[in-house]
Amino acid sequence: MINRTLTYNPSLKRNIYNRLLTFISAIFSIICIIPLLLVLIFVLIKGGNALSIQLLTQLPEPPGDNLIGGGGIGNAILGTFVVTIIASLVSIPIGVGGGIYLAEFSRNGKFSRFIRFGTNVLSGVPSIIAGVFIYGTIVSTRLIFGAAYSAIAGGLSLSILMLPLVIKTTDEGLKLVSDDLRKGALGVGASMFTTVSRITLPSAISPISTGILLAIARAAGETAPLIFTGLFSYYWPEGSQSLLEPIASLSVLIYNFAIEPYKAQNELAWAASFILLTMLLILNILARYVSMNNNNN
Amino acid sequence: MSQIQITEKPLGQFKLRRRPRSEKLVDRTFQDFVLVMSSMVFIILAGILILIILGSLESINNFGLKFIYTSNWNPVTNEYGALNSIYGTLFTSIAALFIAVPLGVGTAILITESFIPISIRNLVSLMVELLAAIPSVVLGLWAIFVMEPLIRPLLILIHKLFFWIPLFSTEPVGPSTAPSVLIIVVMILPIITSISRDSLKQVPRQLKEAAYGIGATKWSSIINITLPAAISGIVAGVLLALGRAMGETMAVTMIIGNSLNFNWSIFSPGNTIAAMIANQFGEADGGQVSSLMYAALILMILTLSVNILAQFAVKKLSLKY
Repeated sequence: MINRTLTYNPSLKRNIYNRLLTFISAIFSIICIIPLLLVLIFVLIKGGNALSIQLLTQLPEPPGDNLIGGGGIGNAILGTFVVTIIASLVSIPIGVGGGIYLAEFSRNGKFSRFIRFGTNVLSGVPSIIAGVFIYGTIVSTRLIFGAAYSAIAGGLSLSILMLPLVIKTTDEGLKLVSDDLRKGALGVGASMFTTVSRITLPSAISPISTGILLAIARAAGETAPLIFTGLFSYYWPEGSQSLLEPIASLSVLIYNFAIEPYKAQNELAWAASFILLTMLLILNILARYVSMNNNNN
Repeated sequence: MSQIQITEKPLGQFKLRRRPRSEKLVDRTFQDFVLVMSSMVFIILAGILILIILGSLESINNFGLKFIYTSNWNPVTNEYGALNSIYGTLFTSIAALFIAVPLGVGTAILITESFIPISIRNLVSLMVELLAAIPSVVLGLWAIFVMEPLIRPLLILIHKLFFWIPLFSTEPVGPSTAPSVLIIVVMILPIITSISRDSLKQVPRQLKEAAYGIGATKWSSIINITLPAAISGIVAGVLLALGRAMGETMAVTMIIGNSLNFNWSIFSPGNTIAAMIANQFGEADGGQVSSLMYAALILMILTLSVNILAQFAVKKLSLKY
């Protein structure tokens, strides 16, 4: 009698129920993964097929019923780098500085709590709104040397999206640094600046760079803020004025060419997706590698 | 004698010095500098709000609250009402949430509990995170050329069976609300899954073990113990996902059809606030810009309140254990 109640009885209601729920959650997980696999497979096949040297080096042809082909995406690849570098140059110093203030100078003060709240709110602001903001402040007012749509405006709109991510990771990375180190440095007479720049920042460099890499990956893939700040261009950026002119980027190219009715342009969009996705995956793997190194130490 | 020697020795080894003025200045400047940088967050946030409110004043004066409950969008006669896109924003994001929450939380449970070997769980977890790395414009491209043609037979079947329900009343022929809901699901799944996973992981093991100890099955301990204990994180994740879904632009713009006319059917082209801004802002002028700003203000209010709610959810709902 005792033996029977202690053995696993698969026909019991609770056990059936248990197996059913396990089955459902497994199905759910499979459904979650299917889109990733489908996107990767199609980008790999459709984009990989279109890949060639001239694709990487030539300019895109303006959409039309031409039979020659769509040209290349060279200027868009370069443009994505330019815009992302501008965004990084603006947001990384500001973000790291802001994070240093939160973690080192005013850890639990009212002001820092307020800024942390603001950082969370800013990271929830839709990316299109960041574009509207830069359009209103820089593009329509021609604030920067009289330039309207420009690479700089595009970069700035991306930096708004990067900033909260960089601040958050710097803040959290610095908070993880053991307080003994900080007190030790201050105890031997180092100034606050020396303590931060020589002791705490270097020991938190791994989580901070992970966060920065992920922020760069997010900015490089972003489209919505660019469509009316950086706009698009069918030409190479040339000369010293090129940062003040509209610039092509992979993401805007994908958007513009995906909604064209012409096949050649659609193929370019797939090829651009392939390049963009490869860049983002490399950044993500790099970020993962950096943070794994941190965990081992 | 010996006492003096002890105190003198370190004094001889380490030079006591006053902190020079320059060093104090560097310190002070550094502190002010990083203070200004952290204030940038507030400046940008305030700047965005001020710009959008100022930009929409004209439209607010002209249309007032009528803007929210009429759906007439006509740049020619200069009459604007955003009901169509406000409804679209709310409908697509909430419908997407209804699909994504069970999927995401279910996956998070599978990842955190020990049903399957750890290596497969890590793989699933990694893949869900990689899904978050795919830019929305690539998902939009995929939705146009792969997903929408793929699911169209299914949508046609639903239309044929349930055409008497207003939601399914038109025949699916191309870009429409239904595929955009699905693409939003794909976009918010990683957020829900990873935040739920993190908060499920934080539930102390003792709670679960106590449940097993009194004879609970795995799933009854998940439903009665683990999920309630992790509810604050899950709710916060769901709210963040809702904010993200409402602000999602590119993929939705590419697949929703950008219709200016209101239609109940999810198989006919629709619109969302973000998609409307992305479509029209570049070429708009005058009253249209102001109306788009007004729509942006509504979107901003919606996402801000959802995000702030999410932050409160973490504080208020957290179970004390």
